[in-house]
Amino acid sequence: METVIKQSGKTQVFKDKANKVMGISLEDAKLTKSYLSVAFLAILLGGILGLLQGLNRAGMLELPAWLNYYQVLTAHGLLLVVVLSAFFTIGYFYAGLSHTLGGLLPKVRKMAWIGFWMKVFGFVLAVIPILMNEASVMYTFYPPMAASPVFYIGLVFIVLGVWMCAFGSFINVASWRKKNPGQHIPILSFFATGVFVLLFFGSIPVAIEVFTIIPWAFGWVETINVMVARTLFWAFGHTLVNIWYLTAVSAWYVIVPKVIGGRRWNDLLTRIVVIALVIMNITGGFHHQIIDPGISEPVKYMHVFMSLAIGFPSLMTAYAMFAVFERTARKKGGRGLVGWYKKLPWGDVRFLAPFIAMAAFIPAGAGGIVQSTNQLNQVVHNTMWIVGHFHLTLGMSVVMTFFGLSYWLIPYVSKRVLTPQINKLGVIQTIIWTLGMIIMSGAMHWVGLLGSPRRTSYSTYFDNATALSWDPYLFFLAIGGTLLMIGVLMQVYAVFYLMFFAPKGNTEFPIAEVEEDEAPTPRWTERWGLWVVCMIVLVGMAYVIPLVDFIVNAPPGSPPYKTW
Amino acid sequence: MMHRSEKIWLILSFGMIIGFMLITGYQTFALELGPPSYGERIDPQKVDETAPFDNPGIKKIGEKEYEVVMTLQVFSFTPNEIEVPAGSTVHFTLTSKDVVHGFQVAETNLNAMVVPGYVQKITQKFDKPGEYLVLCNEYCGAGHQMMSTTITVK
Repeated sequence: METVIKQSGKTQVFKDKANKVMGISLEDAKLTKSYLSVAFLAILLGGILGLLQGLNRAGMLELPAWLNYYQVLTAHGLLLVVVLSAFFTIGYFYAGLSHTLGGLLPKVRKMAWIGFWMKVFGFVLAVIPILMNEASVMYTFYPPMAASPVFYIGLVFIVLGVWMCAFGSFINVASWRKKNPGQHIPILSFFATGVFVLLFFGSIPVAIEVFTIIPWAFGWVETINVMVARTLFWAFGHTLVNIWYLTAVSAWYVIVPKVIGGRRWNDLLTRIVVIALVIMNITGGFHHQIIDPGISEPVKYMHVFMSLAIGFPSLMTAYAMFAVFERTARKKGGRGLVGWYKKLPWGDVRFLAPFIAMAAFIPAGAGGIVQSTNQLNQVVHNTMWIVGHFHLTLGMSVVMTFFGLSYWLIPYVSKRVLTPQINKLGVIQTIIWTLGMIIMSGAMHWVGLLGSPRRTSYSTYFDNATALSWDPYLFFLAIGGTLLMIGVLMQVYAVFYLMFFAPKGNTEFPIAEVEEDEAPTPRWTERWGLWVVCMIVLVGMAYVIPLVDFIVNAPPGSPPYKTW
Repeated sequence: MMHRSEKIWLILSFGMIIGFMLITGYQTFALELGPPSYGERIDPQKVDETAPFDNPGIKKIGEKEYEVVMTLQVFSFTPNEIEVPAGSTVHFTLTSKDVVHGFQVAETNLNAMVVPGYVQKITQKFDKPGEYLVLCNEYCGAGHQMMSTTITVK
């Protein structure tokens, strides 16, 4: 293997071609299969826990003392926001790196495996105290609530595991660039670079937070600075979900146009969207603190701008996607102002699922803009509205894109093919998931506006009339949750069928080409060092003032509390 | 490289975001509708000994104007069951004695994070008579779903 890597550019070209004809190497395939298996086991488990919550919130199910609502919620959040998303993203992009860069370097593959086991180990460490009711602190683990130190040590391993994969991707991309001077990083690897840059830089704040929490949780340090911890968390917490979104966006730009038989959007504009999202993402997390004390109104106002700015590349994406659909459909003979939509392959789950995912981002993104705006945030902060919002963004836009990808990515790595039956199952699954999410997330948005809080087990607040009036809406959480559980089961069945039982054959890794008459993309788009510097400058603008204020003018700290 | 329609779309997008900013800025700074941002520090372990929280309760400070000094702790609000006449403006001064809590009053725009070590302030005019549900909207422990009280407006 080593010798192959050290070959000249010519061999590289040959290898690229071989890769395209013969498909992914078995070793690279195994890596992605393992990552995807964990991802879909996480959704199975996380889905079951989600259903339990939905039934509880509807007042239909009382959870036992040994597995209470807050344990279930902590595990559900960790499994779906961290495990499912991280493992899918890494599995997908590592397959993409392998495919577009002519295979993973042996060293990089090893790093990804070490990262895999570090994350699995870290997750097991984090889950044990949750099951023992020693870490019912939610995905956000705000101090001064203190979980068992084992929980935080688990988080450290998860972060380190993610960093291994980030560095692995940088090494592979750097090596490719060295061998292909003057060339642009292939578009999917360009997205991967953006995602891993964000994963690395975005998780630095939470790593610092956790390193200050651990000695405090052990009792070696008496108190903790609550606002510093909280601010560091959100510099990470929102970046993380935006990374999963950027992963979905990569599929919209690169994969979906190929699936529908078209060409992808302008290469330069695509790369600008990636660069903009990388530079602006980390500062967006501050809108989670709009109604926090101790941050002045001008600082909050600046942060509203930083959060809303992220909307701009998303609006560019919205245009690009529909332009690609229309262009492709018209080439196939589609007519009329909107009549061209008939020419799109609606019966193909590889298109249908990501299409609905994109469409869901229209209300999801609009809701996001609304709730990151000062006064409007105050109306919905910490209500069920927020839960509805991230089930629309993550549960639909991101996860449905992941589902849509799985119908070719898994056959691709397992050297099998998607059968018409599984495609049909996928279409039905997509419809069930869509209905489930619309019902559940719609009800959550509405009841949130009425005031029902998030992260709260079923409560009538001592038969308060206002709280009782929320019950009919909360009932829809049970209906939506049940549909989603059916969707999870169908999806997990499809995934493991495609991985182990579907007929053998070659499946293509669908990457769309640019339009033939497109002008070459300028070289400056490749200046990753500059983008990282811009990102750091922006993060500095956003965080230096409040963090310095929290540290210099800190109140006496807080001791650890276990309030559950 | 860019289509005319895309340029129009992007100008509209940019305009929309700037519009949001202008309206938000006007509301925040000219109309003083900004989000609760009070920042005075307090020792979170000595709340009971620190003024004004050594004497939590409701105080009339003017014609139909009240000040409520309130502590939040697992899993209650002190004082609870507040009563004011309709049309009253109520200024809340809040802090936490233990973990992070949320102060939310359903059917109003009262919504503020209450973080140990910090004093938070928020104001609301209660026009409509009725019983308002006050609840904690930040998960704070095993009894979080019980943490509530009421404000009665007569």
